[in-house]
Amino acid sequence: MTQPASTESSATPTIPQTPDTLGRFGAFGGRFVPETLMDALNQLSEAYEEARADPEFVRELEYYWKDYVGRPSPLYRADRLSKFAGGADIYLKREDLNHTGAHKINNAIGQVMIARRMGKKRVIAETGAGQHGVATATACALFGISCTVYMGEEDIRRQKLNVFNMRTMGATVVPVASGSKTLRDATNEAFRDWMGSSKETHYTIGSVVGPHPFPMIVRDFQSVIGREARAQILEKVDRLPDAVVACVGGGSNAAGIFYPFIGDAEVELVGAEAGGRGGKAGDHASSLTQGKPGVLHGSFSYVLQDDDGQTQDVHSISAGLDYPGVGPEHAFWKDCGRVRYESVTDAEALAAYGEAARQEGILPALESSHAIAQAFKEARRLGAGKVLIACLSGRGDKDAYEVARLRGEPLG
Amino acid sequence: MNRIDALFARLKAENRRALMPFLTAGDPDLATTAVLIQELVRRGADLLEIGIPYSDPVADGPVIAASYHRALTQGVRVGHIFQTLRTLRAEGDEAVRETPLISMVSYSIVNRMGVERYLNDAATAGLDGLIVPDLPVEESARLQEKATQRDLKLIQLITPTTPRARAVEIARLTTGFIYYVSVAGITGERKALPEDLKENVAWLRTQTDLPICIGFGIGSPEQVHELASVADGLIVGSALVRRLADAANRPRADVVKEVGDFIGSLSEALGGPAN
Repeated sequence: MTQPASTESSATPTIPQTPDTLGRFGAFGGRFVPETLMDALNQLSEAYEEARADPEFVRELEYYWKDYVGRPSPLYRADRLSKFAGGADIYLKREDLNHTGAHKINNAIGQVMIARRMGKKRVIAETGAGQHGVATATACALFGISCTVYMGEEDIRRQKLNVFNMRTMGATVVPVASGSKTLRDATNEAFRDWMGSSKETHYTIGSVVGPHPFPMIVRDFQSVIGREARAQILEKVDRLPDAVVACVGGGSNAAGIFYPFIGDAEVELVGAEAGGRGGKAGDHASSLTQGKPGVLHGSFSYVLQDDDGQTQDVHSISAGLDYPGVGPEHAFWKDCGRVRYESVTDAEALAAYGEAARQEGILPALESSHAIAQAFKEARRLGAGKVLIACLSGRGDKDAYEVARLRGEPLG
Repeated sequence: MNRIDALFARLKAENRRALMPFLTAGDPDLATTAVLIQELVRRGADLLEIGIPYSDPVADGPVIAASYHRALTQGVRVGHIFQTLRTLRAEGDEAVRETPLISMVSYSIVNRMGVERYLNDAATAGLDGLIVPDLPVEESARLQEKATQRDLKLIQLITPTTPRARAVEIARLTTGFIYYVSVAGITGERKALPEDLKENVAWLRTQTDLPICIGFGIGSPEQVHELASVADGLIVGSALVRRLADAANRPRADVVKEVGDFIGSLSEALGGPAN
């Protein structure tokens, strides 16, 4: 938070690093929301600008990141995985070791602190895999703020453990039965709640999506991942990595780890989207590689929608990547060529999940398993002597039931 | 003259308020939508808002969201909706041909179809204006310009959460009429409307010469009657759409009669249609 990325890296001025006044990253972003929410968004923009300029806010956030979350997270050289991949040295940025088991807590604490600062009595959130829901419920418990989490019924089925934990921490989990009963529908319901509650309620969006200023706020809070990783790799190998790989659903861990490297032209940045069961509409969630520019959930970005602008159904083995849109800054990075986005199938992600477990004794989240699968490919392509960082955005405990079910060995 | 301007000029001369029902195009099917539009006009509707079904309507409550979902599940496409309206404009009776029609449409749809194409197709279908509930004024300059070129009105919304200086700016950028949203929240019937609603609308009246129509939360003859003293028009959506919820399983004539009777009761509460 304290130091903008441009002072730390050799920034290229051709890629602007903040959205413009309309919240645009190039052509993408903006605010496509009902008038009812515009005042709440304007107030949030103001409150955020004040907060990030306030040394006391930054000091407190860094205190919680360190003493409560356990930051900095380690950057671990995964030798056996590197050997398995057969190429570059793979380093894992261990966001799975954070309190609550994923990167989501970085943003949740920051946003709940902003909610508190704005005098909001209540926080709402949407969640897919449940990681952002758990992180928000955690931050709300920590600061004594009422918490309501919207979650699709299909995701509640897939992620029972997270639902139980949210409720244990005092959050209300509201099942969403509309549409595909997943993250997209949970997001709709959270917006509907906020339409009538914004006066006393802050909506803690969990990814770099939604109307301005959310994509910027979430990216800024998650950038701690990339700032640490950049400093850690410089310390370990005395040079920048050849590539950084992260999974992309809405894209928050990817934005967080990429952003501090955006100005380092020699560092390849690769996003791994959910390729699901294949390339047919409805079988994947690859918004950037298969979608088109469109409007969803308040911003202009790449979207999976039909020729009438109706959002298409998506599929991923991973509840956290099962989303038909993506953050507008990723759309911008794709179009200006700064980040390459690739599609990783369910089967590849499952295989990577198994390899990480067997080779390293690490159970990655199915979301992060997409990044590991892509890291294998990039490591082989780059070859020996090169250095690659993969963001291990979350741990896989939550996925044990679903993986066991898919293997035909249900855990009951 | 645009039919919306003509309507409000005529109502002003007659000292009447507009009754403006909303219905989802394609729920339960487009043939029924066409019959319903004619029935609504016959029973006292002055202007119709045609909801273009959208998959992710964040401003809508469960009644309209479910209605959109039913229509989309039927396979209704924007092209089919425009075709239905075009036919009505060509073949309906004089009252139907002269009643203003506006589309309520998400910018997701307008953007994907392309602004020019959407507006051209809407104008050809005989629409007189549009409401794009997820396009705030900051993002609407281009659509406004292109709509005006085709004599289509772009109706903007002002809500209880809109600061007054911003409300004045929105009023300046609106054409046709101002849609005043009665409550901070999503669409859907409310037993009670905010106490300061009339006061807020009365204030807005001092800032603009455009007609002001109130929508969201209004569903009973009593509410319509009550608000007639401050508004130029009353918009009724969920209370009508709710009556379509199980329409697919009922005789169409029963559904049309029920909806018609409901609108008739609202029209009566406004003093009945002129002649």
